[in-house]
Amino acid sequence: MIEVGGLVALYVFMLAAVAGYEVITRVPVILHTPLMSGSNFIHGIVVVGAMVALGVAETPLEQAIGFIAVLLGAANAVGGYVVTERMLDMFKSSKKEDG
Amino acid sequence: MSVVVQLSYFVASILFIFGLKAMSSPVTARKGVMWAGVGMVVATVATFAHPSVGMENISLILIAIVLGGAFAWYTALKVQMTEMPQMVAVYNGLGGGSAGAIAAVSLLQGARADEGSVAAAMGSDAAALGLLGAVIGSVAFSGSMIAWAKLDDRLKKSTLVENHQWWNVALAAATLLLAIWVFNTGSGFPILLFFIAALALGIFITVPIGGADMPVVISLFNALTGLAVGFKGYVLGNLALIIAGTVVGAAGMLLTLLMAKAMNRSLMNILFSGFGAAPAAAESESEGEMKEVGPADGAYMMGYADRVIIVPGYGLAVAQAQHKLWEMVELLQKHDVDVKFAIHPVAGRMPGHMNVLLAEAGVPYDMIYDMDEINEEFEDTDVVLIIGANDVVNPAAREDEGSAIYGMPILNVDYADQVLVVKRGRGAGFSGVENKLFFRDNTRMVFGDAQKVVSEMVQTVKGM
Repeated sequence: MIEVGGLVALYVFMLAAVAGYEVITRVPVILHTPLMSGSNFIHGIVVVGAMVALGVAETPLEQAIGFIAVLLGAANAVGGYVVTERMLDMFKSSKKEDG
Repeated sequence: MSVVVQLSYFVASILFIFGLKAMSSPVTARKGVMWAGVGMVVATVATFAHPSVGMENISLILIAIVLGGAFAWYTALKVQMTEMPQMVAVYNGLGGGSAGAIAAVSLLQGARADEGSVAAAMGSDAAALGLLGAVIGSVAFSGSMIAWAKLDDRLKKSTLVENHQWWNVALAAATLLLAIWVFNTGSGFPILLFFIAALALGIFITVPIGGADMPVVISLFNALTGLAVGFKGYVLGNLALIIAGTVVGAAGMLLTLLMAKAMNRSLMNILFSGFGAAPAAAESESEGEMKEVGPADGAYMMGYADRVIIVPGYGLAVAQAQHKLWEMVELLQKHDVDVKFAIHPVAGRMPGHMNVLLAEAGVPYDMIYDMDEINEEFEDTDVVLIIGANDVVNPAAREDEGSAIYGMPILNVDYADQVLVVKRGRGAGFSGVENKLFFRDNTRMVFGDAQKVVSEMVQTVKGM
């Protein structure tokens, strides 16, 4: 298992923030809504953390809260994906017909 | 075994970043969301092999994923395109809630560990970031739900209490103190109080914010949820969460600032005051009077023009007139009229929302121009047709220093030879500011429901 602690995590935070900033600076306004929805989908990865949290839950209270965490995380990921896909599906060019 | 899990998270992280990158162009955007989707599936499936995912809870995990996924799948397929902003708010809030719930589990385990305090059990750094993520996630959850209720017209209230700023400060301070208590505690009770305070904070912050500013707030909550997910990643030692969460946090924060800038509002201003709270001083009176014409007259003006630019606003979508509008544009094109669409960054209910609504009606995206691309062209345009837009074409933003919207970037439609405005009634816009454009010499007003007006225009153009 890779240990992600202290300074290493700080580097990862910094580099990921730069990546996020750079990726979005080149997005045209017409895609802002799908992009907001798409980034909303990507933080649905929280479902993975929720699975781990529920996995290690022991008391009934922890299990209940962990269950809610997975439920909400899964809804975030699935809902985010479907609405983003639906929106992007509608963007068509007048020059060429591509599917 | 865990090497496989780690490698899967690595692959997922790459797919997320390149997926977001691919979304930066309409041509590759669909591929982008698919890559990110593959990343999500890879990471989720791999997590079943995670050493922490014990056998005894695996059925609970599966049930939760199926239930949550099915609910979201169903609602996401059913939602109308006009309702997209509030739907994004809901899914975003669920993600924030998930991050908050994860924090609750970790904190409860820390309190139960019998090491004297949460901080000692989890490590001070993990406990602090866990608490920070818990606050952010909870605020994003309750705040997003309020945002949804407001945009969906289920909540009209904009005041919970008098002097809400002071209540917000007091609540924030209380949350901070409770967080410190949780940090040093070995019992579960302060954890409960802490989450109640954090959830209340999200509600109190969001309720006073007006509907017009809500997209910026949703975008901010989206970025915050990303950050909360990133912090959870640190607590759980999970790189996929750290990277995906932080990328979304940074991207979302930039998007939020871009939106606020387009609306000529600072983020501080949106969060800590209500629109119109500042006195709209010395607004100059509009001169002249409105000149009304019928839909048929408007259609003739466009049919005999060489260059027409259409400025659609949210009112168009409310009237569900975008399909009729596209029908009219296709007819105009047969009459050799050069038609373009001009979109203000905040048209619709969030940036890019109008593009989605036009795309739904079948308008190709290369006929749609951003404000910066098209603002020079209005001078050489014969007719500008404005449907359901108001504040974003108000020349007062450029000319009248006393106006509440002074300084907001606008579409310079008044430079065109003729301006046609389709409007439901004579009232002021979303911000309550009177529009000087309507009183100009070169402006003609067509009053009526956008759907009806455009239908009549279609009939007229057909007969030409």
